[in-house]
Amino acid sequence: MHPLRIERLVYRWPGAERNTLEIGALSLASGESLFLFGPSGCGKSTLLSAIAGVVEVPKGAIRVADQDVGAVHGGARDRFRVDHIGMIFQVFNLIPWLSAIENVLLPCTYSRHRRVRAGDNPEGTARRLLSELGLADPSLASKPANELSVGQQQRVAAARALIGKPDLILADEPTSALDEAAKAAFVDLLARECAEAGTALLFVSHDRSLERHFDRGVDFLALNEGGA
Amino acid sequence: MLGFSLRSLWNRRFVAGLTVLAIGLSVALILGVERLRDGARDSFANSASGIDLIVAPRGNSVQILMATVFGVGGTGTGMTWDSFEWLEDRPEVAWAVPIQMGDNHRGYPVIGTDASYFEHFRHSGGQPLALAAGTFFTGEGADAAVVGAEIAVRFGYAPGTVIVNAHGSGEVSFDVHDEAPFIISGVLARTGTAVDRMVFVTLEGFDTIHAQEETPLADPLDPAAMPSDDHDAHDDHEAGDEHEDHDAHDDHEAGDAHEDHDAHDDHEAGDAHEDHDAHDDHEAGDAHEDHDAYDDHEAGDAHDDHDAHGDHKGTEAGHDHEPDRINAVYVGLIDRTSVLGLQRAVNERPSDALSAVLPAVALAELWGITGTAERAMRLMAWAVALAGMIGMVVMLSATLDTRRREFAILRSVGATPARIFGLIVIEAASLTAAGLILGLVLLTVATFVTDPILSARFGLRLGLNVFGASELAALFVIFCAGLLASLVPAVRVYRMTLADGLSVRL
Ligand SMILES: Nc1ncnc2c1ncn2[C@@H]1O[C@H](COP(=O)(O)OP(=O)(O)OP(=O)(O)O)[C@@H](O)[C@H]1O
Ligand SMILES: [Mg+2]
Repeated sequence: MHPLRIERLVYRWPGAERNTLEIGALSLASGESLFLFGPSGCGKSTLLSAIAGVVEVPKGAIRVADQDVGAVHGGARDRFRVDHIGMIFQVFNLIPWLSAIENVLLPCTYSRHRRVRAGDNPEGTARRLLSELGLADPSLASKPANELSVGQQQRVAAARALIGKPDLILADEPTSALDEAAKAAFVDLLARECAEAGTALLFVSHDRSLERHFDRGVDFLALNEGGA
Repeated sequence: MLGFSLRSLWNRRFVAGLTVLAIGLSVALILGVERLRDGARDSFANSASGIDLIVAPRGNSVQILMATVFGVGGTGTGMTWDSFEWLEDRPEVAWAVPIQMGDNHRGYPVIGTDASYFEHFRHSGGQPLALAAGTFFTGEGADAAVVGAEIAVRFGYAPGTVIVNAHGSGEVSFDVHDEAPFIISGVLARTGTAVDRMVFVTLEGFDTIHAQEETPLADPLDPAAMPSDDHDAHDDHEAGDEHEDHDAHDDHEAGDAHEDHDAHDDHEAGDAHEDHDAHDDHEAGDAHEDHDAYDDHEAGDAHDDHDAHGDHKGTEAGHDHEPDRINAVYVGLIDRTSVLGLQRAVNERPSDALSAVLPAVALAELWGITGTAERAMRLMAWAVALAGMIGMVVMLSATLDTRRREFAILRSVGATPARIFGLIVIEAASLTAAGLILGLVLLTVATFVTDPILSARFGLRLGLNVFGASELAALFVIFCAGLLASLVPAVRVYRMTLADGLSVRL
């Protein structure tokens, strides 16, 4: 099974003059971590949106966990996404008025698949993930998310992406708001957790200093042949 | 999902609270108006039960009903005892109860009547009057008084208490008859009708007050005593001439209630009165008119009845005391189908200008008059509800922009746009439901607080009745309106989440 397999993906934003994405082939094995770098505006976030099925992609171009993303539609695609993909954004990852632990458990409330894979006690799993990511303090876990530091919030987001062992985690510059030391620590922890869980990780950034934490790095401009 | 919505609302509890308050107030208002209206109708309908016909000096039927049954305002100048006897002797009449009015006891109306009142009066769908303590008039003599439950409670009256009544029907008693006290013989059990706020005295006792009153008055036409000049004209009109206006007046009874009410006021106050055109003036002055007329009569005419009246004064034969003038007669019929025939006979009786009022018809007429105000109140209550709904839409819509991020996160963890749509609808439903509950609580509290006031002032008892079907329907309509209103922000959110995808550019 391949967590991610892309073949001849062509995507153009509605109304755009050129294709934003033109990707020949890209695939990830289970537990593999890939660092994707490229300059701003080259289409990295667009690629992640396409993989997550947020934008309409042609049939057969993207397979996540051997399932054709372009072939599922509507609400089924949302359910498919949460079943197989964990996501981490640049900023504002959390629902501010839910506690850290509740934020971590969100995928389990929307996906039976993820809940089952989170074990008998999803909350215990969530706490374990938080403590592995350096948020062992139980008072932190029950704090509303908007009372956490940005670094803490990103680690909560990582725990949420990891819970229930999805096949693939998409991380879109999750470290850009962190300082150098926190950045390295965060990426290191994330890559290790993914490897342990057997989750493939697609990490997007323009900061090449992080590349050494990953199994391999790919230049987006080289990958995206005819793209913008 | 419900828990999630509630948490989300709790996070915005200030604005959410205001929205709930607005909806709650509108619910309380809508139900309150309905309850007030139903309470008024019930208590009025209850008060009038058991009486087939009310005969009184010619006048507006609503006014006669209000005066005789509810003790509000007064009737025209008194009708003669002859007319009462004529009525009583009619073959279709089962019973007739004479009523005198125009005095008050600490602001509560005093009714002069005889023991037959307690025998025949029915309230609340046919229940007879019961005593909480003491006895009715029987064998008590002329100075017996029976008081309603509310008066007894308010002033702490019990059988044996001596009370003094005052002239006129207003709250302000300017002419207290302390030379003619009454001894309470009985206290009525609570009825929940106007009877609770009435004092009943014997016909003889009622007359005694006024008989004694005339003694100190050297000149009954003394302008210091009453503005009697006007009333002379009025008296003439009522007592004597078959006035041309009477035709018009009859038309009036059949026709539009409201317009004629004014016309009727003019008529009642006497065509000569230009200073009496305001309805309030008229009501306040009414009782005095009666008594003036009465005094006039007693002082002026050397009438046989007057002598008879003098004879009876001081004797113990209270029951067959025959007053000169009475204000109204309650009539019960042997066969209720004869009511229209009797009504016609009364209207056509040449010696007195009388009106025969069917309580049910007069009530319907009254509701016709108050209907406009009711509709206005109801419209206003629903307008407040609409404002509450708009407030909710504004609140939900205004927060959507700041919640875009929240929705994007939810979508990234698998919430479908439909679910987010549902989230908004559930929030609106929760707000509306909370508003409904708050409204019911407010209404209950308001009922508790205002019930004593309403019952004291107007004899209205709202009670904490269980919801009627119409109230449930109103609640249901409001709830549905809340759901419908929530579609506005929900559809917006649906579109927004589809367009935004997972990343919101702030
Ligand atoms: N919602 C959208 N609608 C239309 N065009 C878009 C949309 N989002 C992105 N684009 C276009 O797609 C191209 C790639 O944008 P994208 O956000 O993928 O860049 P990126 O590589 O993630 O840049 P950065 O490193 O700054 O985040 C840009 O030219 C942008 O204008
Ligand atoms: Mg980007």
